[in-house]
Amino acid sequence: MNSRIAKWLISGPPSLYLLVFFVIPTLIMVLASFRYAGEYGGLAPILLHDANGAHLNLTLESYQEYFSDFIYTWLLLKTVLYALVTTFFCLVMAYPLALLIARSEKKRRDLLILLVILPFWSNFLIRIYAWMIILGPQSAFTVGLNDLLSLLGMGPVRMLFTPFAVVLCLIYVQLPFMVLPLYANLEKHDPALLDAAQDLGANGWQRFWKVTFPLSLPGIYAGVALVFIPVLGIFAVPDILGGTKGIMIGNLIKQEFLEARDWPFGSALSILLTVAAMLMVGMAALLARRKGSDA
Amino acid sequence: MALLELRNIERHFGDFAAVNGVSMNIEQGEFFTLLGPSGCGKTTLLRMIAGFDSPQSGEILLDGKDLVSIPPEKRPIHTVFQSYALFPHMTVAQNIAFPLRMKKVSKEEISKRVAEALKSVRLGDRGGRYPGELSGGQRQRVALARALINRPRLLLLDEPLAALDMKLREQMQLELINLQKEVGITFIYVTHDQTEALALSHRIAVMNKGRVEQLDEPSNIYDHPKNRFVADFIGTCNLLPAAVSVTGEEKMVIEIEGLGDVAAKNPGRAHGSGTLALRPEKIRIAQKLEPGIEENHFRGTVHDFLYMGDVTVYIVEVGDGVHIEALLPNSAAGRPRILAAGDPVEISWRYDAGTFLNE
Repeated sequence: MNSRIAKWLISGPPSLYLLVFFVIPTLIMVLASFRYAGEYGGLAPILLHDANGAHLNLTLESYQEYFSDFIYTWLLLKTVLYALVTTFFCLVMAYPLALLIARSEKKRRDLLILLVILPFWSNFLIRIYAWMIILGPQSAFTVGLNDLLSLLGMGPVRMLFTPFAVVLCLIYVQLPFMVLPLYANLEKHDPALLDAAQDLGANGWQRFWKVTFPLSLPGIYAGVALVFIPVLGIFAVPDILGGTKGIMIGNLIKQEFLEARDWPFGSALSILLTVAAMLMVGMAALLARRKGSDA
Repeated sequence: MALLELRNIERHFGDFAAVNGVSMNIEQGEFFTLLGPSGCGKTTLLRMIAGFDSPQSGEILLDGKDLVSIPPEKRPIHTVFQSYALFPHMTVAQNIAFPLRMKKVSKEEISKRVAEALKSVRLGDRGGRYPGELSGGQRQRVALARALINRPRLLLLDEPLAALDMKLREQMQLELINLQKEVGITFIYVTHDQTEALALSHRIAVMNKGRVEQLDEPSNIYDHPKNRFVADFIGTCNLLPAAVSVTGEEKMVIEIEGLGDVAAKNPGRAHGSGTLALRPEKIRIAQKLEPGIEENHFRGTVHDFLYMGDVTVYIVEVGDGVHIEALLPNSAAGRPRILAAGDPVEISWRYDAGTFLNE
């Protein structure tokens, strides 16, 4: 009896928090996506009164609008592509780094981890604006790169306000979210396992692919989820660095709410994005499990 | 030619000499044990044989060929690690197959040999399980099967029974002896447990502070320790400071501090002062002993005793406050009644029961 009360006391507050600030808002969004936009923005009333009495004022208009023009799906696919590219480069760069930190001396590990999370100590927007300067046409980086390209008879290239700038900055912003779960996983590996593998005839390459890599899969899954999902909804980075070509679905959603003031369409886009993200994560989990049971 | 030859191996970590001039030969088919307290250099030596560490000077030869320059994965030597180091993401069968897969053995061959190996360690039905689902003893057997499947020239075992409880350890000791006989592979076994070393080995190297103190058969090490360290480390031993007074051809007389003259076996080069090492079970103890059967006969009192179930350990005070430990089996014939502390008692031992160790 007491333990049941204790359980409720512990799980109650976070559950309540999630209910009030996550479940209910999501349901409000779902509902909003089926409503009409108000005349001056916002939402039209749900109940409409006329001569026949009150009736529900709901519509599929927002979803019809989405499917009426492929440009929205195209934007969604483009966003997924950016997220995939970002996740891939984060993984490829974070893995060796996490491995290096996990295998370094205990004293140095804390310092290296501190360096990884150091960027979080300065403001997110300021860090993005810094990239605006780095990639700007007058920056030493751009000038140097274009000088080099002209020697090879190419260029000049523009970097700011391109998809390249967006993805480059997304990788920069998300990299720590890949490093940390990977490190947390790799740090726990028993070094005796690598000794055993070597003792039993595995060379360095085999030791990595047969022991370290499969054991780090939970860390990879966690890192991929932490990088991939937030990128799908991000708008600040493409807003600042993307120009017109680098726009992502997040920008459109933001625009629908704040500029076009079409809340139902913005809600519909959000819901579709959430559904798409859940489908992809679900499929990945299914594939991983299938592969796990095969091995 | 010896299977494995160690010549003057030196390994220092900073100022600390982990292995300090070790030489030994290990023969084909031997069950060889490196025994010593922690920090004696036995594990460092094992790691050098496996290839995870290299000597700063000295040679390691396998079949007369240099081993030091060969990386661990290319040595025909496998190790059973103390923690077993089974791969948690692989099933038992996949663990055992690992060395064969590294050697690119064909799939049919692998499944055949893994099935045989599983049967030989009585885990025929556990091939699909993961190591986390096995008991300690079963994991131990998987580690053994995995290390033996490639038929290495040499199997290294690093305190493989340390994690098991006592009952299981005794059972695994018997299994290890039988397995070694069956496969005929040379075992090098590292332990700090002297009873384990005595029970398992053909030969034991007792190590201390990076050196080999004594290398011999178990019974010789137990009965004829070469020095104070070995006598003290192996089993329990009365170590009585003594000085040689008269030497004869076979026997000699030594004077034990606080006890007086005692007959002892002349080890050959005995002189000056030293220590008499005397095993408790070689001392006769009773309320009344017939005089003259054994050379050394003393009267004393029971100072303390420990009832151990199978035997009782008596600490007898003799002479001028000298404490001598003696054993009495608790069999019906062996002990008429428990002697209590303060009871008068007599002890005796033959002249050749102990070993005189020169300083």
